[in-house]
Amino acid sequence: MNTWANIKTITKRELTGYFASPVAYVFIVVFLLMCGFFTFMLGRLIERGEASLAAFFMWHPWLYLFFVPAVGMRLWAEERRLGTLELLFTMPITAWQAILGKFLASWLFLALALALTFPIALTVNYLGDPDNGVILGGYFGSLLLAGSYLAITSLTSSMTRNQVVSFIIAVVVCLFLVLCGFPPVTELLTRMEWPGLVSFVASFSFMTHFEGLQKGVLDSRDVVFFLSVIGFSLFATGVILRAHRAG
Amino acid sequence: MITVENLSKSFGPKKAVDGVSFKVERGEVLGFLGPNGAGKSTTMRMVTGFIPPSEGSVKVGGFDMLENPLPAKRLIGYLPENAPAYSDMTVLGFLNFAAELRGLRGENRKKAVDRVIDMCFLESVVHQSIETLSKGYRHRTCFAQSILHDPDVLIMDEPTDGLDPNQKHEVRNLIRRMGEKKAIIFSTHILEEVEAVCSRAIIIDRGRIVANGTPAQLKQRSAHAGSVSVCVRDLTPEVARQKFEQIASVRSATVLRQEKTRLWLRVLPKGESQNGELARSIAELLVKERLGFEELHTEEGRLDEVFRAITRPETLREEQK
Repeated sequence: MNTWANIKTITKRELTGYFASPVAYVFIVVFLLMCGFFTFMLGRLIERGEASLAAFFMWHPWLYLFFVPAVGMRLWAEERRLGTLELLFTMPITAWQAILGKFLASWLFLALALALTFPIALTVNYLGDPDNGVILGGYFGSLLLAGSYLAITSLTSSMTRNQVVSFIIAVVVCLFLVLCGFPPVTELLTRMEWPGLVSFVASFSFMTHFEGLQKGVLDSRDVVFFLSVIGFSLFATGVILRAHRAG
Repeated sequence: MITVENLSKSFGPKKAVDGVSFKVERGEVLGFLGPNGAGKSTTMRMVTGFIPPSEGSVKVGGFDMLENPLPAKRLIGYLPENAPAYSDMTVLGFLNFAAELRGLRGENRKKAVDRVIDMCFLESVVHQSIETLSKGYRHRTCFAQSILHDPDVLIMDEPTDGLDPNQKHEVRNLIRRMGEKKAIIFSTHILEEVEAVCSRAIIIDRGRIVANGTPAQLKQRSAHAGSVSVCVRDLTPEVARQKFEQIASVRSATVLRQEKTRLWLRVLPKGESQNGELARSIAELLVKERLGFEELHTEEGRLDEVFRAITRPETLREEQK
């Protein structure tokens, strides 16, 4: 009970922190504009003539690649730069309450940005007769994807006091995890005739696991994959923060 | 309230704190002195549970900081060095946040926050964002945070750093008042502060405790403690010295300076001089011989002398040469 109250307090502070500056609104607007651009111009949602949001969700791994690290880069880097980490960790709370509280705040922020894309779902519903279960599954998968990127950003953010460095490392790590399931890369590995390696490497990719979810196939393996990425990254965040304090 | 035993911390090959032990009881104000980089902040960070010690233990109110950190941390109010605070929050928002983490909610939180805003004179800036505050106000905001829950133990790293003289005076008064009911540790570079506020002082140098005692006890370690300063009139230095050295309990008399007809001397006692005994015998001599004098007092010894003698023996020796 006390645990949740502490997490809630930290989440609330982080969220108000986001909206205290206009940057949050700019983030959301840019995200929505990019979503619209990719879906309608590159994804050709209208010309496809399909009553589905595949053209919308397929861009998310790429969009999030820059959007999520930008949202999450300040999580711990800022605490370290300001010295407030010392304040936070001498309060009667545990480290994982702080880690989880901060993660949830950013995740809620991303969820809000994602929720604001609802006009696209409405458009498809107006123009045709899509399977709304699939759309909902797509949103669920997209949220998990964003959470995984975010957890990785939380990890990179805890490594440095410089937000830009944390952003760049997060983008690189996420890009790696996206690319290792990207067809050009898997094809290269196939041509090198390491079939075992292909499925092994691809199984670590966000792409492989997001593909099913965005089509509305709720495979527990994919869900477990994303949740374990989140769990592992947050755990590693805790380890790094502890190592940093131990000097 | 606070028991620190054999505390050590190494950063790589460098030993920042080396075998530090002390105790602070309720009603005590312990001053932490030491040159920059002596290990004061590191020690305080270990006591507050921010960094784990390499060796040794910290107990606060009977709770071990390593094994049972939450109840121990609940008892502590902490003002870190440089008074960090979330710059994007308002003063009120920041204090509310800190109060909630301290487990204060609803009516209790409001009362606690109002109380510290009042105590730290923050009324005029409560709705201002912390990044727009001057250093003094930011410092007081962070200080307010540390006393929100009326903690039994208060640990402050350079609480008067960067404040103007009035604010320094205010903070010192606050510490002294709170020191009657709490166990307080604070670090400082300002020696007069130690004399004004502390009931006990510890001097740390290169990670080790080199002196531990009341300010008065520490001052007695000064080379001139117990000597008597006297200012006489119409005497030549030679005559004056001769006269004073006749007194049985006097080891030597040295002339400090001369100004027209006035002459300042320092008279050192043989062995320990007790309760101004030396000053009394000098006064008797002056009266008996009807010598005019303007000043006569026993030196208490100066803390800065002691501090320098203990922490930098080699520089002091050079100065004496």
